[in-house]
Amino acid sequence: MLKVLFKKFLSMLITLWGITIISFFLIHLAPGGPLSPMTEFNPRITPEYREKLVKMYGLDRPLYEQYLKWLKGVLTLDFGKSFSIDERPVWDKIKERLPITLLINGLSLVLILLIAVPLGVYSALKSGSLPERVLTFLSFVGYAMPSFWFALLLMMLFGVKLHLLPISGLHSTIGYEEMSTLQKIWDWTKHLICPLLVATFGGIAGISRYVRNSVYEVLYSDFVLFARAKGLSERRVLFKHALRNALLPLITILGLSLPGLIGGSVIFETIFGIPGLGQLMWQSVMARDYPVIMGNLFLIAVLTLLGNFLADLGYALADPRIRTGARKK
Amino acid sequence: MKELLKEILKTKTGLFSVSVILLLILSSILAPWISPYDPYEINVKAILAPPCLSHPLGTDLLGRDLLSRIIYASRISLEVSIVAVGISTVIGVFLGALAGYLGGLVDEIICRFIDVMLCFPTIFLILAVIAYLEPSIFTIMVVIGLTSWMGVARLVRAEVLSLKERDFVIYARLYGAGTFRIIWKHLLPNALAPVLVSVSLGMGQAILIESALSFLGIGVQPPTPSLGNILIEGKETLEVAWWLSIFPGLTILIIVLAFILLGETLQDVLNPKKGKSF
Repeated sequence: MLKVLFKKFLSMLITLWGITIISFFLIHLAPGGPLSPMTEFNPRITPEYREKLVKMYGLDRPLYEQYLKWLKGVLTLDFGKSFSIDERPVWDKIKERLPITLLINGLSLVLILLIAVPLGVYSALKSGSLPERVLTFLSFVGYAMPSFWFALLLMMLFGVKLHLLPISGLHSTIGYEEMSTLQKIWDWTKHLICPLLVATFGGIAGISRYVRNSVYEVLYSDFVLFARAKGLSERRVLFKHALRNALLPLITILGLSLPGLIGGSVIFETIFGIPGLGQLMWQSVMARDYPVIMGNLFLIAVLTLLGNFLADLGYALADPRIRTGARKK
Repeated sequence: MKELLKEILKTKTGLFSVSVILLLILSSILAPWISPYDPYEINVKAILAPPCLSHPLGTDLLGRDLLSRIIYASRISLEVSIVAVGISTVIGVFLGALAGYLGGLVDEIICRFIDVMLCFPTIFLILAVIAYLEPSIFTIMVVIGLTSWMGVARLVRAEVLSLKERDFVIYARLYGAGTFRIIWKHLLPNALAPVLVSVSLGMGQAILIESALSFLGIGVQPPTPSLGNILIEGKETLEVAWWLSIFPGLTILIIVLAFILLGETLQDVLNPKKGKSF
């Protein structure tokens, strides 16, 4: 068990090192950097801007020196200062937005599990029936649905047609200060419904299909056949034998789906005006605020890596074969 | 190949997806002849006209015909996704085959590289790269291609790993065939099936990413029509012009659905042992 964890931890460190290399490489696409023939002639970037970049990343010094300087900064959460008028440290900007993105993605992950797992199990059990075929078709539609269009449809329905829900921001701007705590919570909830629907919708399709296939496979495996042959009730076979085995890999899949989930933040945060990391990323790309872009990108990658590591940990804890150290041959 | 197409067309989903994709290809080639208006032609007399006989899908804020714009926009989506998937497939197949066949240190390095790339959410990575470049059709084609080869690489690697110890490969090696010849002549043709599936799924994915980028204002730039940037106007006119949001979105959905279903059907046909999706 410990040995497995140690190995995982080591490989996480190597991947982390890889992330710093890729991020560092991207910085050198910056105007003035050694890898930037494309941006050299970019009319939108003035010489002063270029100079600012060269100074900030020390682009005129030897590569290893630049990398070490950048790495030192990154390790102490010093991503430099934003190029926008306020010139605030990048980490401060990220820090205040991080909880919002984590909250929405965390909530949507819970929702996805609550909806997708029962749907997937149902589809596997009723394989071939009409409701199952409809569900399967819907899950493909869910895959193919552009999330920003889904957001527009929700805005049209709830905001324009029904006037039921607010379609922008995290809470009301007028009269928010005077609200009681309960009212504030209700106000947040109303504002979060549409973004959460968008964040959840695409995920349900993927995960429910995964659960369906995995349960379907297990249902026809030898040990389930054996459990049935022993005369166990269908209920017991399903919950005690089949699901335990079918749902275990879900932990890994959830870890792998993290980048997709977080990536979705860019879309729904931008559309619904939610001040999270996704919106920050979009705004800084539009404003060419490179320090914020690079800090954000690096942090998101590290978060994803951490999520994957936690999923690996969870898997190791949940799977008795790994937990007890017994190896399957 | 003919057999394969026959099998695909036997299923409902296969028939649907092949028809949609054929229609898309045809309308892209014939765009100048079949679109009722010039997609750039401004008409002040028909601003925000709802769907009617002369404009079947209505017009936009500048009075441009929506149907014509959608036809041209789909053409651009198709171009972008073909080039992007072309790039990602070439990179993915190359790295995957190399890793699977050579094994050892090369395999270790390529696999690590894939792990690292997978830590960056695609949209974030693309945004970061585009921030340094001028947004254009060319830029997004290349950037989407360069950031979405990891799936294919893993797939091909697994396939090559399972093939390389087979007799015919060993004979080829004994016969003195070089690494690249073995990969190209003996391994890849046998790994074609899963690559085809992933190309089809990748086309759908690329169209989704392209339209999302265009919607965010960093993809295809107006006045060039793209399904994503028509929807920007759709968002602004949500209260008065429903057709500007509904039709382009529906077009994306149907095209992407067709590519995804084609991929799924292909998988079922090529791999009949696994449970069918329908």
